[in-house]
Amino acid sequence: MSPVTLAINGQTVTVPAGTTIREAARTIGVDVPTVCYHPHFTANSLCRVCVVEMERSRVLVPACSRAVENDMVIFTDSPRVRLSRRTILELMHSAVDLSQAPEIMALLREYQADDGRFAGVGETLAVAQRDLPLHDDNAMYIRDYSKCILCWRCVQACGTDIQYTFALSLGGRGFQTRVATYFDAPIPETTCVYCGNCVAACPTGALKGKREWLIEQGKPLEPMPLGPKRRRRRADGEHLDLLDDRGHR
Amino acid sequence: MPREQIIADLKAAGLVGRGGAAFPTGVKWEGAAKEIQARAVPAGEATGYIICNADESETGTFKDRILMERDPHRLIEAMIIAAHAVAANRGIIYVRGEYPLAFTRLSDAVEDARANQLLGINILNSGLEFDIEMRAGAGAYVCGEETALMESIEGRRGEPRVKPPFPTTHGLFGKPTVINNVETLANVPGIVMNGPRWYRQWGTERSPGTRLVCLSGSVRKPGLYEISMGLPLRSLIFNLGGGMARGRTLQAALVGGAAGAFLTPQQMDVPMDFQSLTAVGATFGSGAVMVFDDSVALWSVMRGITKFFAHESCGKCFPCQLGTQRQMEIVARAASGQGRSGDHDALIALGQTMRDASLCGLGQTAASALLSALDKKLVQAP
Ligand SMILES: Cc1cc2nc3c(=O)[nH]c(=O)nc-3n(C[C@H](O)[C@H](O)[C@H](O)COP(=O)(O)O)c2cc1C
Ligand code: SF4
Ligand code: SF4
Ligand code: FES
Repeated sequence: MSPVTLAINGQTVTVPAGTTIREAARTIGVDVPTVCYHPHFTANSLCRVCVVEMERSRVLVPACSRAVENDMVIFTDSPRVRLSRRTILELMHSAVDLSQAPEIMALLREYQADDGRFAGVGETLAVAQRDLPLHDDNAMYIRDYSKCILCWRCVQACGTDIQYTFALSLGGRGFQTRVATYFDAPIPETTCVYCGNCVAACPTGALKGKREWLIEQGKPLEPMPLGPKRRRRRADGEHLDLLDDRGHR
Repeated sequence: MPREQIIADLKAAGLVGRGGAAFPTGVKWEGAAKEIQARAVPAGEATGYIICNADESETGTFKDRILMERDPHRLIEAMIIAAHAVAANRGIIYVRGEYPLAFTRLSDAVEDARANQLLGINILNSGLEFDIEMRAGAGAYVCGEETALMESIEGRRGEPRVKPPFPTTHGLFGKPTVINNVETLANVPGIVMNGPRWYRQWGTERSPGTRLVCLSGSVRKPGLYEISMGLPLRSLIFNLGGGMARGRTLQAALVGGAAGAFLTPQQMDVPMDFQSLTAVGATFGSGAVMVFDDSVALWSVMRGITKFFAHESCGKCFPCQLGTQRQMEIVARAASGQGRSGDHDALIALGQTMRDASLCGLGQTAASALLSALDKKLVQAP
């Protein structure tokens, strides 16, 4: 395909057609922050933290999914962009327990997010944080949806991006949107095959291996009902390895 | 009439969409026509879709219901014209779930048309194939957004898609699709029959034609009015609508529905056309004009509007999923006199963020009325 030329922060960039604005920016060393984006998953442009300003566009555009076009003029860090990013991060912080999402916490600091602006709203009304129950319903992983940012990765992993199992889906709408199972059935009663892809994909610790969670809680480990090897998260939270019960590869 | 001629006439007439976005209808049809032509489809398969967006759910809007209930055949005629013009062979009318009478009347009209060979595989022996399927919505405001509407027809959660690509190239079931509002389509038969010059006898140079306005609130004669575009807002409210009740004065008018903007008594001379309304920071939107006299507490109006958006947000994108909730909460406490210092700035930041960063028009306009009210000091937060 023919190359496309555009301007990013005043620099001219030429990239192959089909490249996203985010990828194009990277070729000149400009990093656009992302939250919901993951290279292994279909980009649905949910979080809008990656928005950038595009000349002649009424609204900001998501850099993670928007493909470049000739003569686009893009600004990745304008005041308008920074305001949106900061507000979205503040909103997330006001609704979700982000304590185990270090990348998002780092963004909160970078954008000087104000902790209290939207938090505490619940003092006069019913809702502050999303107060969702922790599901401890199977031997392999727990689901703590008070930490869920609704990035959809687990649903995508369980669905057409990896596993085609469709145990996880979305329920509710607006602020009440949540990851659910069909008819809210406990995991053992769903189609879940315990592949662990959702747990691996979760960026916030909402989904977590059962044993990791038990150790964190200082609770005694339960005997494992399944085969000797399973996926576990390594300490740095990034990489997945197959480990046996003693933690050996 | 050749299909190019129909599209050329729509463009010359200057018809733009009445669903809210004011997109030129001829340009939309042309885009779909090109895409359908470029894709060779085996006989018997869908080439493309004509969808009539009859989900009418914008606050204070009831124009499409009247058109559907009183003149359903006109819509079917317009859809057949569209099918011919873009060479699409499938049609769908997506009617708001709460409009059972409109649904029945349109279904009967579709049956009539079929019985008279105006729909089917060989319309009036012309070789044209086109049929219409009726669909009912399930009550979500967001399903009026064109791509959410398509998701809903395809059987998924009614959530808007990321655009581009646009429906003219990637619409229903991935096919090129023309989706138009009921009122937009209702304009088409007249233009095709009488020509663009006939149509341009009404309205202004840049906003030709007439427009249906849904007038409600504190006026003596609320109702549906068809105005020539460019009529001053003052004439609408005080001449057609009969003005306020005795002893009352005008406080503000909300133009364009919950997704619209407030205009003050000082702004009553604005002509009701697309350009003039945009110039004063408003939009024509769905054609709703809600009038509030001095007895109305605007904070409670704001409370209703922000509650509406929090309830109707689909939850897909973060700014709207979270922002509509927080906006509703802050407005609720301001409305009950418990505002906190910093609320004004928080509402502005929230509103600008939803407007700029939301995925679809719902979030992008969820703060529009509030921002205009704060800007004009119709309501004040600490
Ligand atoms: C939240 C939302 C709700 C909408 N609801 C409607 C609706 O009920 N009816 C409608 O015709 N258009 C509605 N629209 C606009 C449609 O997305 C689309 O622009 C329109 O159907 C195109 O038709 P037109 O070009 O004839 O206006 C809505 C848009 C948004 C963002
Ligand atoms: S559980 Fe984790 S992966 Fe799933 S949507 Fe929530 S944050 Fe994303
Ligand atoms: S703006 Fe609101 S309604 Fe539109 S996609 Fe985002 S959450 Fe859904
Ligand atoms: S990273 Fe682009 S929208 Fe989330």
